[in-house]
Amino acid sequence: MSTLIIDNVSRWFGNVVAVNDVTMTIGPGVTGLLGPNGAGKSTLINMMGGFLAPSTGSVTLDGTQIWRNEQSYRHIGIVPERESMYDFLTGQEFVLANAELHGLPKPRPAAQRALATVEMEYAAGRKISTYSKGMRQRVKMASALVHDPSVLLLDEPFNGMDPRQRMQLMDLLRQMGAEGRTVLFSSHILEEVEQLAAHIEVIVAGRHAASGDFRKIRRLMTDRPHRYLVRSSDDRALAAALIADASTAGIEVDTEEGALRIQAVDFNRFTELLPRVAREHGITLLTVSPSDECLESVFSYLVAA
Amino acid sequence: MYNPTVARLTYRALLGRRRALILFSLPALLIVISIAIRLMTGADDATADAILGGFALSVMVPLIGVIAGTGAIGPEIDDGSVVYLLAKPVKRPTIIVTKLFVVVGVTMAFSAIPTLIAGLILSGNSQGIAGAYTSAAAMASIAYSAIFLLLGTVTRHAVAAGLVYALVWESVFGTYVTGARQLSVQQWSLAAAEQIGQGGVITSDVGLPVAVVLLICVTVVATWYACQKLRGLTLAGDE
Repeated sequence: MSTLIIDNVSRWFGNVVAVNDVTMTIGPGVTGLLGPNGAGKSTLINMMGGFLAPSTGSVTLDGTQIWRNEQSYRHIGIVPERESMYDFLTGQEFVLANAELHGLPKPRPAAQRALATVEMEYAAGRKISTYSKGMRQRVKMASALVHDPSVLLLDEPFNGMDPRQRMQLMDLLRQMGAEGRTVLFSSHILEEVEQLAAHIEVIVAGRHAASGDFRKIRRLMTDRPHRYLVRSSDDRALAAALIADASTAGIEVDTEEGALRIQAVDFNRFTELLPRVAREHGITLLTVSPSDECLESVFSYLVAA
Repeated sequence: MYNPTVARLTYRALLGRRRALILFSLPALLIVISIAIRLMTGADDATADAILGGFALSVMVPLIGVIAGTGAIGPEIDDGSVVYLLAKPVKRPTIIVTKLFVVVGVTMAFSAIPTLIAGLILSGNSQGIAGAYTSAAAMASIAYSAIFLLLGTVTRHAVAAGLVYALVWESVFGTYVTGARQLSVQQWSLAAAEQIGQGGVITSDVGLPVAVVLLICVTVVATWYACQKLRGLTLAGDE
């Protein structure tokens, strides 16, 4: 059981602040590091992996500094986002080399086990240069698991994977978390995090926006004001009926678009209200489209919340 | 201070890519030139000195050093695959020293051995010329390896920087500017060749004791600094 502690960590590159005074504790189980592209997730993971020194603050694993401490890699497995590997090696040779570099007493069986874990035995004899993105990802995973680490750091591990490979990797990470390992993965896709991590840390523009149980944060996200674009057979009648309910905070008739722009403050009540009101008034709904569902707007709300 | 896995990965990276073509082509060119000259003019010590000093030691050895030295670590740092070496409980100096051993081995194999073969073809080691230049190439290989390995660690433009050093400083300045010769790996290695060669055919601007001390100093300092740079190497994210 290992715990990563990020304590008042900032990291800047010249005048650009990539990570701004972040404090978080990553314990056993699966944790999702969620944030839009460019939020500072990779910078944070690089600091947790000992590849980047914090400008201020400290990153420790069970009380020991990670930066410039090679021995910490006995406990940490890393799956980097970058594609580059030793493409001239076969998958087997690559994982074996990783096992040897860890100084394992029996590197060959360890490499076999790791390749079996990610179901890559069938292609282990092929050169990495011939692998698909998903296969590369799995071999990277095998190289990170070969020394049986207590901490696993994965930077955008699902990028480029097909749905089947994604499910396989999710199962594997769930299993790792259930075994008591500390698994942290970054993602900018809400659904990925939702499916895998009970605990999430949200990073927006280098700042720690939210932390904790996924359901709690999801509720925060759900309870925020939602905006919808609605077209119907009678927009004005629909607007008059909706504005009478407390779940609707404002309605604008957009004559150019020929639609209503509705701001709902109670998500659950509004989603039940809209079809009911339409049915009661004999109005046909032609379009119901959320207009602020992009992740960035969800994150922006979280930062403000 | 030596890790066989790091060595194996480095050898395969160096000898499995396009770099290997250049590594093979320069010595092949030297040997072809030597055979052609020997066939046209017969055995001649002055010609052997001109070819081995003017091409093998002043052009081929530093170029092989640039290709092997920068190629041993530069591409791994550039493409980020070095993360698989760094995320291991292996001391950074072990990585650098192991890579240095590999680079020295490759540089010697592709420069000192062809120099010996070319020397034997050109003059059959008359007046010890072949042996002298071989020794010089071997000594220069060590210093060049350390210098270019350092360049590969500190700059993304290691090959360009290495070529400027090898071709402009060593070849041009080293040949025509007297002061520059004192600070030239080529001249330091020639100091050894001068002692081995007979009849005063080979000369150096630097005395042997000074040359040996400078060669050792450059090799040690470059290796130490490369270790420091690798210890502090940071991998910024793609963000």
